[in-house]
Order: sequence, then structure tokens, then C-alpha cells
Amino acid sequence: MTVRLALVGAPNAGKSTLFNGLTGGRAKVANYPGVTVETRAGRFRTPAGAEVELIDLPGVYGLSARSMDQRVALDVIAGKLDAEAPPDALLVVIDAAQLRTHLHTVLQIRALGRPMLVILNMIDLADRDGVKLDVAALETRLGVPVVTSRATRAPGREALLARLDAELPNLTAPARSSGSLDLKALQAESRDMASDVILFEPPMNRITRAVDGVVLNPLAGPFVLAAILFLMFQAVYAWANAPMDLIDAGAAALGDFARSTIGVDWLASLVADGIIAGVGSVVIFLPQIVILFTFILMLEASGYMARAAFLMDDLMLRVGLNGRAFIPLLSSFACAIPGMMSARTIESERDRLTTILIAPLMTCSARLPVYTLIVGAFIPRDQVGVFNLQGIVMFGLYLTGVVSAVTVAFVLKRTVTKGQAQPLIMELPTYKLPAVKDFAIELWRRAAAFLKRAGTIILGASVVLWFLASYPASATTLRESFAGRIGAVLEFVLAPIGFNLEISIALVPGMAAREVAIGALGTVYAVQASEENTAGLAATLQSAWSLPTALAFLAWYVFAPQCLATLATARREMNSWAWTGFMFGYLVALAYVAAGATYWVATWAGL
Amino acid sequence: MTLHELEIGRAAWVAAIAEDDPDLAAKLREIGFAENDEVEVMHAGPLGATGVCVRLNRTLIALRAGEAAAIRVRGARASG
Repeated sequence: MTVRLALVGAPNAGKSTLFNGLTGGRAKVANYPGVTVETRAGRFRTPAGAEVELIDLPGVYGLSARSMDQRVALDVIAGKLDAEAPPDALLVVIDAAQLRTHLHTVLQIRALGRPMLVILNMIDLADRDGVKLDVAALETRLGVPVVTSRATRAPGREALLARLDAELPNLTAPARSSGSLDLKALQAESRDMASDVILFEPPMNRITRAVDGVVLNPLAGPFVLAAILFLMFQAVYAWANAPMDLIDAGAAALGDFARSTIGVDWLASLVADGIIAGVGSVVIFLPQIVILFTFILMLEASGYMARAAFLMDDLMLRVGLNGRAFIPLLSSFACAIPGMMSARTIESERDRLTTILIAPLMTCSARLPVYTLIVGAFIPRDQVGVFNLQGIVMFGLYLTGVVSAVTVAFVLKRTVTKGQAQPLIMELPTYKLPAVKDFAIELWRRAAAFLKRAGTIILGASVVLWFLASYPASATTLRESFAGRIGAVLEFVLAPIGFNLEISIALVPGMAAREVAIGALGTVYAVQASEENTAGLAATLQSAWSLPTALAFLAWYVFAPQCLATLATARREMNSWAWTGFMFGYLVALAYVAAGATYWVATWAGL
Repeated sequence: MTLHELEIGRAAWVAAIAEDDPDLAAKLREIGFAENDEVEVMHAGPLGATGVCVRLNRTLIALRAGEAAAIRVRGARASG
């Protein structure tokens, strides 16, 4: 018999960390309000051998569902979700150091009359601050079992597991609850309880206070935020160079090795030009993606992300959005998919819709390979003052995305997604160091997802494209190949904005995922160049493309919605084909116009 | 006086939460504001923004002036 338990509680109480700790599993851990947007289930066995299925729910402060993820949490607790029976019991998690503020959340949940066990989590941090609690008294007053826990460490979870074994057979509905849902009355009751239970309560966490003195300072705060973002993007380029060179050299050596050892000509071409050139030109960007996600995960887990949202609130408000929208948008720099999903914490449907619609304009990590390749090949490494010209162009591409997003949001909020400005009421969590194991699990998930794409979609696209570009065998030029015939149709549309046949061909598989286009270009040019292709893709492009074409290609990539996974996610999150079509349409239109304008201005300027 | 009129660095107690916008009142209560809780404005928003960062007991909460104005406070004093 498996017991089903659900983790319930306020955001930032450490539910996801406890989930990861108990199940060794993979729920997303972050430290800003409400990041756990999907209910994730995992399994574990108690020391006495009971099988437990554990469900991790989005954070709730009370029983009124304001945002989409809160609705999910409350529906699961109440057993309203069609497919699922309600969990057998609730594990109500609360931050031990914030008991006075959050105890009324426990009372609200208790009023539902479900079997429950209360977990005073992060007890180590409460101890360190000097908070003294009478746990036995709390248990008596609440009439349900209460246990302390430190979710990040196995010894910190022992008391919880032991108590689970003791209570599982007799976890029943709390008898003492009056069943009243009046918030004011529950608050009064909880404050009264807190006075009995909290033996000593020191002032707020000193470190958090000191750090916020700088980070939230009205003058210094915005500079700190800008510096963190600058460092993040700088790191992505500067720190990734050495490992990228290593991967590049490795792929080239592997290709040469394959060419020289495989006796059959067509097979050697498939392996070296199709698979190794295609997949290798994408895998090379793994170091950049790992660095980017490292930053974003650190910002989330440390507690800074909510501060960033607070600092950005005024700017976001001017656009018509809420500071909370900054979090999904910043995540979208890594990938629009988790970005769109974390928009579920936004309470206003219209704001959520707007945020999803502009998320693809944030320069995601899949565009990095494209930008890096083209900028590296076409923009000289000249110094302009203290800056590097390549760096300036790269920054300009990111900035164009952000400015376009702001403009689009501004227009949308005044036309199709018009609505009242939403209040901002958001808890800023106490700063903490991310737990190493949690962090490693989360980073590995991101890297693995990227490699899996390289190994499946990109590998598949590379092989198919190699075939289309190499056959029929009678074809002597690329234009006569199958790929050339398909590309020629697109070329007709794309030639006015400066795109040649090779680009037109590469954009077809590039619809599946942006970085595939790079692998596709690698394959197309590798096939054309026959065996002797040691110059590398960047050098090949330098001789094959004009500068205006390269710039137009970059401009195209700022806007073009070339990612099936993003479109599918947008469709699911907005639950509307019409809005998804609108998103696709406006992005394609912007891409076409931007690329065309870039091409013609650059040509006219004689570049 | 209301929470948004409280000077930075002065603590006070919540006297009442205005109920004229019931939805806002419920939101403020859910995140934790309650009568007799200790509050203190810790930080103002950047560059003339309307946001404030408020300490509620041992918890930090960010809100805008409009929301803070719904919380009436009493007994303002220099923070210990």
C-alpha cells in the first residue's frame, strides 16, 4: 500500500528542497514566490518501510486561488482534479523563523479538515538567528503532529521520517478545527497561539538586513542589479572560451578520424559531414549554456530574484506589467519555455498573457550559438574605447530584444490585453546559500535537456538534411539537390531581405529549434565543400556571405519564432490557438521587416 | 497614519486593514499582515518608484504605496 502525501505551504518555506531531499528527485528549487509551477510527484520509503508517494505543490498563503499555480495547489488538496484522488494526508511546511507571520496559513489549511502533519522547516536557520520555539506547545494548540526539519541534510530529515512512521497509521482529520474560514478570526487565533509558542524572537536576520541595505538601496540597488546582469552576460562569453575551443578541436579531430577510417565514401560523409559537423557545431555551446543557467539558478535559490522583481517593478509598471513579470522574462534569457511556465505565478490573466507573448523576444540560450558564430565571423575584434566591437554588437542584439519586448508589451497592454494595473505584494525571502546537491540536480537537468536535444532533434535533422543536400546522386550543385529544390521556394521569399539559398535551406530544419540552423549550415557547407573542409564553418561563411547578409541574418534571429517547443508551450499555457497564431505572426513579421531593413540599410551604407 | 506614511527606520503596529477593497484586504492578510503585528518601512523603491519594502515581524514584504496605504498603523517609534 502506498500512502499519498502532499507538501503544502507558503512559497519559500522550502517545500521543493524537502521534496528533493526526501525523494532524491527533481522538482525545481527556487527561492522566489511560487516557482514550483507544476505538481511533481516522487517516491520514497520511510525507515520502517512504508511506501510514500510525495506530491510537491505550488506555494499558497491561504485558500483563495489568485494565480493559476495556486489554483492547481488548492485543487489537488481538495481532490478536485479529475484524474486524482485527494492525497491521504497533507505535510504542511512552514518556515520556522517566520512562524508568527505564517502560522495563520497552517490554521487555514487545518480548517479544510484534512489529515495533516506540520513541518517547521529550516529549523537550523531559525536556531542560528536565535529563535526559540516550544514545539510541544504548538502541537497541543494545533491538535496535529508537529515536527522540526532541516530539509537540506539527511540528519535534518531524520526526525521527520521517524515521526511519519509513528503517525502514518493514525493520521486523521484534526478534531479541533472550528471549520471557520474567516481570515481575520484565524489570524487572531494564530497570533494568540504564536505568543505561547514563540519563547524568544530576535530581530530580523542580520545578514539579510545588511545585504539589503546595499542591494535594495534606492541609489545603489539598480546599479547592483545592472552589474549582476552585466557580469552574467560577460561570464557567458569570457569564461566559456577555453572549454568551447576544446570541444571544437575534439569535434574536428573526430571528424577527421571518421573520414580516414571509414572506408565507404557515403558513410564517411554521413558520419563526418552529417552527424559530427551537425551535432558538434551545437554541442560546442554547452559551456555557455551551463554558465547562463548557473547564474539564473543562483539568483533564484539565493533569494535575489524577488529583489530584482521589486527593483524592476516601477519600470514594468510603466509598460503596464508588474514587477513579478521580470522573473519569467529573466528566465527567458536562458529559455522561453521555463519562462512562460513561471508566468503562472502572475495573478492577472491579461498580464500573464502579455508576459508569455513577449517572452520569445528575450534572447534565449539557443540564439547564443547563432550570434556567437556570426558575430565571431563577421565583426572585427576592434577595440572601441574600453569595449570590444564584438561585445558591443552582441550587447546590441540583446538590447534590441529587450527594447522590442518592452515596446510590444506597451502596445499590447494598451490594445488587446488592456486591464487594471495589478498590485504588487510579494515576500522577499531571507538570503541563503543554495544547497549544493539541490543546485547540482537542477543544473544537470538543464544541461541534460540541451544535450538531449542535440542528440535527438539536432542529430535527426542533421542526418535528414545531409541526405537531402547530398542526393540525388546526379546533383552536382547544391541547387540541384533535394534540399536545394526545397530551399529555392523559400529563397524566393527570403531573397529580398538578403538571404541566400544556403540560409533558406538551413532555416527549414531551423524551425524545429534555433540552434539547429547552425548545425544545418555546417552540414550544407560541409557537403558542398567535399572532403577538404578544414577551415571551419566561420571561415566558410566569411567567404560565402556578404556583411549585409550576415547582419540581416542576426536581425532575423532577434525576432524569428523558430522553436517548435516554445510554440507548443505557448499554446498550452495560453490555451488558445488564436493567441499562439498571433504570437507567431507578429514575430515573423518583425523578423522579416527587421532583417530586410538591416540588409538594405547596410547595403546602402556600403558595408 | 498609514503604513506608507511611516518614515523609514520607524517601527509601528498595525492598527487596522482597510476593508473598502475587500480583495486587497484579503491579499494583505493572506501574506501575513494582521492587527497588532509589528511593521517597519525598511527601504524605499529605486529612483522615485512607489514601492516600499516593509518588515512585518521577521518577514520582508515588498508592496506599492497604494497597497501600503490600506494598512493603518499606530504607535510609531524609532526602531530598536
